[in-house]
Amino acid sequence: MHLEYFQMIDRVISVDLDSGTLVAQSKVPEKSPVFEGHFPGLPLVPGVLLIETMAQASGFLIMAKSQFAAMPFLVGVKEGKLRTFVEPETPLEIEAMTEHDGSGFAITKASIKSDGKRICNAQLTFKTMEFPDPKFANMIAGRARELNMPEEYLPAR
Amino acid sequence: MSTFDKVADIISETSEIPRDEITPDSHTIDDLGIDSLDFLDIVFAVDKEFGIKIPLEAWTQEVNDGKAATEEYFVMKNLCSKIDGLVADKA
Repeated sequence: MHLEYFQMIDRVISVDLDSGTLVAQSKVPEKSPVFEGHFPGLPLVPGVLLIETMAQASGFLIMAKSQFAAMPFLVGVKEGKLRTFVEPETPLEIEAMTEHDGSGFAITKASIKSDGKRICNAQLTFKTMEFPDPKFANMIAGRARELNMPEEYLPAR
Repeated sequence: MSTFDKVADIISETSEIPRDEITPDSHTIDDLGIDSLDFLDIVFAVDKEFGIKIPLEAWTQEVNDGKAATEEYFVMKNLCSKIDGLVADKA
């Protein structure tokens, strides 16, 4: 996890398109400039970054379904619950499930746990759009490859 | 319950528009003021209710390309007719 660069996912653990599920994991860093402000003397991962983490796992799931043909943009957060504080060095297990695969949009239900304990969950809505250009699309696919996204869900090299 | 009543109920619940303001001639965008994000919620609920997948991308593309008027897809009675067609195609 590299909070200030919005790199929220460390590794994709599994993708199952039959059940519409992606599982990923991350570990909150020991130090980050984010913790200097949130909060001095009481470092906690901001709730919006936990939402972002669930959104990124959901985004990789949605892109895997189309072999990275389109990019999802977060447009809605419903029933978001931030259940507990998340401190530095906390291991995170992130799960995203497809709730609805619409035309030009997708809805997921996502959650984060740590050692089996629920941290947060939300229903997320994404608008799917064409990548702005091939270079950008390659960059996103390359990032997914680095995170261990199975090759079968990625575009051909 | 008719398709119109089901869709009007969904719109009313999703967008907080009084149910009695929604008529078969209401334009969902121009008259009811539904924006694109609320429309996604409505399409999600309609897809689930009727077991269909409204081809929203294709409709939007046709409108943007000038091949169809917004009324064709986004006036309530026409929208409901399209939904009925999608349900029939599925059967």
